[in-house]
Amino acid sequence: MSQPVRTPTDLTSAVAGGVGESPQRPDGNLKVRGEFAYSSDLWHEDMIWGATLRSPHPHARITGVDLTEALKVPGVHAVLTHADVPGANACGVEQRDQPVLAVDVVRYQGEPVALVGADHPETARRAMERIVVDYEVLEPVVDAEAAARGECAPLHASGNVVRHVPVRRGDQSATAEVVVTGRYEVGMQDQAFLGPESGLAVPAEDGGVDLYVATQWLHVDQDQVASALGLPLEKVRLALSGVGGAFGGREDLSMQVHACMLALHTRKPVKMVYNREESFYGHVHRHPAVLHYEHGADRDGKLVYVRAKIYLDGGAYASSTAAVVANAATLGIGPYDVDNVTVDCWGVYTNNPPCGAMRGFGAVQAGFAYESQMDRLAGVLGLDPVEVRLRNAVREGSTMPTGQVIDSAAPVAELLELVRDRPLPAATGGELDLRQMPGGVSNTTHGEGVVRGVGYAVGIKNICFSEGHDDYSTARVRLEVVGGEAAALVQTAACEVGQGLVTVVQQIVRTELGVQRVSVLPMDTSIGNAGSSSASRQTYVTGGAVKSACAAVRARVLELYSRQTGTGPAEVGRLGAELRGGKLVSSHDVLADLADVLGGDAVDETAEWRHRPTEPIDPETGQGNAHVQFGFAAHRAVVDVDVELGLVKVVALDCAQDVGRALNPQAVLGQIQGGSAQGLGLAVMEEIRTKDGKVRNPSFTDYLIPTVLDVPPMGVDVLERADPHAPYGLRGVGEPPTISSTPAIVAAIRAATGLPLTRVPVRPEHITGT
Amino acid sequence: MPNPPHHANTHTRRTVLKSTTVAAASTALLPDAASGAASPAAANPGDVVRVTLSVNGRSRVVDVEPRVTLLDALRERLGLTGTKKGCDRGECGACTVLVDGERIKSCLTLAVMRRGSEITTVEGLADGDRLHPVQAAFIRHDAFQCGGCTSGQIMSAVACVREGHTGSEAEIREWMSGNLCRCACYQNIVAAVADAAREVRR
Amino acid sequence: MDFLRPTTLAEALAAKAERPDLVPIAGGTDVMVELNFDHRRPPGLLDLTGIAELARWSADGDVLRVGAAVPYARIVQDLGDRLPGLAMASRTVGSPQIRNRGTVGGNLGSASPAGDTHPVLIAGDAVVEVASARGARSIPADEFYLGVKRSALEPDELITAVRLAAATGPQQFAKVGTRNAMVIAVCSFAVSLHPERLRVGAAVGSAAPTPRRASAAEEFLSAELTSAGLWESREPLPDSVQRRFGELVAEAASPIDDVRGSAAYRRHALAVLARRSLGWAWREHSGGGNERCA
Repeated sequence: MSQPVRTPTDLTSAVAGGVGESPQRPDGNLKVRGEFAYSSDLWHEDMIWGATLRSPHPHARITGVDLTEALKVPGVHAVLTHADVPGANACGVEQRDQPVLAVDVVRYQGEPVALVGADHPETARRAMERIVVDYEVLEPVVDAEAAARGECAPLHASGNVVRHVPVRRGDQSATAEVVVTGRYEVGMQDQAFLGPESGLAVPAEDGGVDLYVATQWLHVDQDQVASALGLPLEKVRLALSGVGGAFGGREDLSMQVHACMLALHTRKPVKMVYNREESFYGHVHRHPAVLHYEHGADRDGKLVYVRAKIYLDGGAYASSTAAVVANAATLGIGPYDVDNVTVDCWGVYTNNPPCGAMRGFGAVQAGFAYESQMDRLAGVLGLDPVEVRLRNAVREGSTMPTGQVIDSAAPVAELLELVRDRPLPAATGGELDLRQMPGGVSNTTHGEGVVRGVGYAVGIKNICFSEGHDDYSTARVRLEVVGGEAAALVQTAACEVGQGLVTVVQQIVRTELGVQRVSVLPMDTSIGNAGSSSASRQTYVTGGAVKSACAAVRARVLELYSRQTGTGPAEVGRLGAELRGGKLVSSHDVLADLADVLGGDAVDETAEWRHRPTEPIDPETGQGNAHVQFGFAAHRAVVDVDVELGLVKVVALDCAQDVGRALNPQAVLGQIQGGSAQGLGLAVMEEIRTKDGKVRNPSFTDYLIPTVLDVPPMGVDVLERADPHAPYGLRGVGEPPTISSTPAIVAAIRAATGLPLTRVPVRPEHITGT
Repeated sequence: MPNPPHHANTHTRRTVLKSTTVAAASTALLPDAASGAASPAAANPGDVVRVTLSVNGRSRVVDVEPRVTLLDALRERLGLTGTKKGCDRGECGACTVLVDGERIKSCLTLAVMRRGSEITTVEGLADGDRLHPVQAAFIRHDAFQCGGCTSGQIMSAVACVREGHTGSEAEIREWMSGNLCRCACYQNIVAAVADAAREVRR
Repeated sequence: MDFLRPTTLAEALAAKAERPDLVPIAGGTDVMVELNFDHRRPPGLLDLTGIAELARWSADGDVLRVGAAVPYARIVQDLGDRLPGLAMASRTVGSPQIRNRGTVGGNLGSASPAGDTHPVLIAGDAVVEVASARGARSIPADEFYLGVKRSALEPDELITAVRLAAATGPQQFAKVGTRNAMVIAVCSFAVSLHPERLRVGAAVGSAAPTPRRASAAEEFLSAELTSAGLWESREPLPDSVQRRFGELVAEAASPIDDVRGSAAYRRHALAVLARRSLGWAWREHSGGGNERCA
């Protein structure tokens, strides 16, 4: 089969801009011209369209499926069910507990039941209407706490608890002078990436398949697809197409296996594109949570103990629930130094929509609860909310509840002070401008009922994969001289999802090899695993791999130089030779032109790079060095609340974050602004609402995400306290701001209203009590 | 990347759908409706309409069913995939194009309704290698991450500048509020629009 | 599916007479969503955007006639001074792109209780002009809406225009949404003061199966203003009057609990919106300046 039209191309730029600078994105020109090849843009001669028939019921037994009429629709090439899954009918990013296509039971509304391949999406839609599925509707399990307590009928053979993580530190029966308790809820947030799931599967002559897709992790997809297709890995080749946002929602499979099944069955290229409604059913969401907390402190506000029970609703299938549970548990008390800790976190199966990865990954849910508790404690003690945090903040050398000692910078206090000391925005006043008011141009207030509030929060996030996961990435770097100019090429399987990894990778190569012209090859599975574009880890891990591959290239160049000039390796080493501007230089001299050293040859090295290992946690006590790095961010939110109508305008949302080292300062700011805005969404508007397991708002009309009028300009302080264990000292950036943004905004709304507000998103009803 | 050659024709021939109704009545009011000869695969000549669209200054002929949106006609028939589909209901703005200079959401209009209109998509902004000032400003200000909304943001911004709605940051925000950005590059988008407006005025 | 694009109203009416199942389309804001999600498969569409006479507004003395296909953006731009309430509501519809294409005719045709312009039309005593091959008729706005997405429009009729008197007094429109832009109304409210008639118009949106006139509130306030001589004296409104007005507006609603808001919240919010917008309107009436700002 030939190549599809509009597959990603090499991204080349030949500019200055090494580590620490902010060169232009190499994909920027394509993106502003509308020429960047997104997965939805793929096209192949002779391709057909795939569509997915989904269960309308959250829980039902399938008693019969009749495809007869669907197969009769002209233009239909195939109608497939679970019986047509060639390999294992099981997928899942961590545990393979989800069928590719439902067999005899459906466990959530939207679960895939059958596939249609047809000459047009409309034909496929008509055919799907003619598939008859008989369901015996069953009572849905929708209460996560009841499921955790074993009070519901088991949805899987293993029962309804996906994972329970206890964390025990210190005196389990500690008492304190001051005790605050609270029950908190976090609603189900959606990643709501702008480019819905899509891809193109092209059957290959070797009996395999080439899949072009928007994903966060090519190799974990490849594993699952190959297993479901019953093919060896090498016959399932994945290539990354342009990704229209991810935020965790593309870590699980969506249409990958389905498109490949149809392609192999029909021997035709198959394109699948979800629409927005299907997208809401087609990917996992952020776990909704119920969190019970008790904080004990002395009269000075120093925490004596924290006890928490956290229930995360994983929905119908495991997805990454187990890892989310570990995060919520091990980070469950926040960036605070507490001697006595009792945390239990459960992730459970229900018949609600499946939940898994979303930016912040377990730390978001816990963050809302522990920060709400800190404010409550401050209130009881009559302390300033920042002060109570400062008195308990971890620092380098502090011990986490897991027993892990924080062994690099943890400037939590400083971050809090930075946001606290920023000037406050001016009071809204002067000439009325509706756009500055809660309610905006909808003209709900001209100042009546508007009360300003200020709130603070800080958060902690683990960076990279944890719990002993073999977390590595692979990079290939090639250096040559073309037309007298040194040029490098870099290849990885690390997914560019908008975060700017392709920019950073080029910057690293420029810094390490002293070239300007760097080409980034399209990402695919022809090179080794890069791990996921998640856990704020790609700059760390793939950045580390690229740096390592560059080092190998440099070593090889020095070796060639040594051989050519007869300079002993030791002598070359003493010169401190580096590559700069197409030359090999010592601190004083130009030693050689790269062109002379390489001749017409290229140096081509591939490196696999791991961060230092982490450990599993003890299943009874939660103790262990589970995390490789921690990221911290603090926010100060200023809100204007119309206390009569319950409408909120976030006036300011300033952030301070330690990024270790900003490899690309502009991209760092973009991540902080983006993460904060998603936290804002969770604070005041974003929630997938369900009733009896059914989604009530699968559209952008009723699942609201922040507009440009909802997100204020942000002041950001970036600290760079290098982590000696990480490449360039960097610290993962993408997730920490999502964690502290939500509780800071809710704290500000509490300050304005005096209400306890224990649930996010805060709705007008919560503020008005109606 | 160039558009696929003959993309529109091959696709249309393969994808004609059978109408569920008799369509005789419509042709009287459709001066350029497809004849049977124009669309050989059509079982019923009323099903498919030949539409001449003026896109980015070029006249383009497509045979479409009436229910095909301008967005789908651009993307699937004309190979102009720069215009993005994000929500199918006018809520995200990713499909924003200019029609006779006005910004509209191309998912909320039918291709057949846009005969005789001058349509500008993101592909039609640059002059060869020279980017439109708004495109250049988006790059300068790093006003996007994933880029999924960017085509729509840029088209909206071009109109926003032309409409003169760039007098203040608040004004830009109000008039750019029809374009969602999930990466939330809003601060940079506002800066880019303001900057582009200054440049255009110069 | 057929597609008809008449260029005159007469052609359109003839087509609609012959094929009452044709679905009219102009801005596409509602119809296209139904098509895109396959919620509706009409046998044919009647594109009204080629009919120039529907896309015009005109003034006949103090009465404005706004063609059914005049987009919201034009209303905001051209009619803000004479139809301030309609312009304020139009400004809150969707987004700039939607306002370039969406029309009052479409709002009426869909007859969604959440349509933004409905309360303004009722409060302003607008008349909906409809026509068919059988002839034309005028329907008072508050008789136009019959139920959720149901109107008094007969299958062979098309909406041709709305007629509204130019404002003779202050008008306000306010809507609650849970986002600061591009949001569907959780509930909305419009008030018009008609000093020359000693009358108050008030209506609620998104708070009952149809947009609805708040008659008791109108009567209460008109009576209070008249009996206390406030129309002429332009003295500040007693707080108790504003509050009572708000309560009566809330009582006019019969909202439901849905994903956008609770019934109790809608009632509560309507009382607040009514009280506040009356206050703004009255301040304007009292010479306190324009309450319609950026």
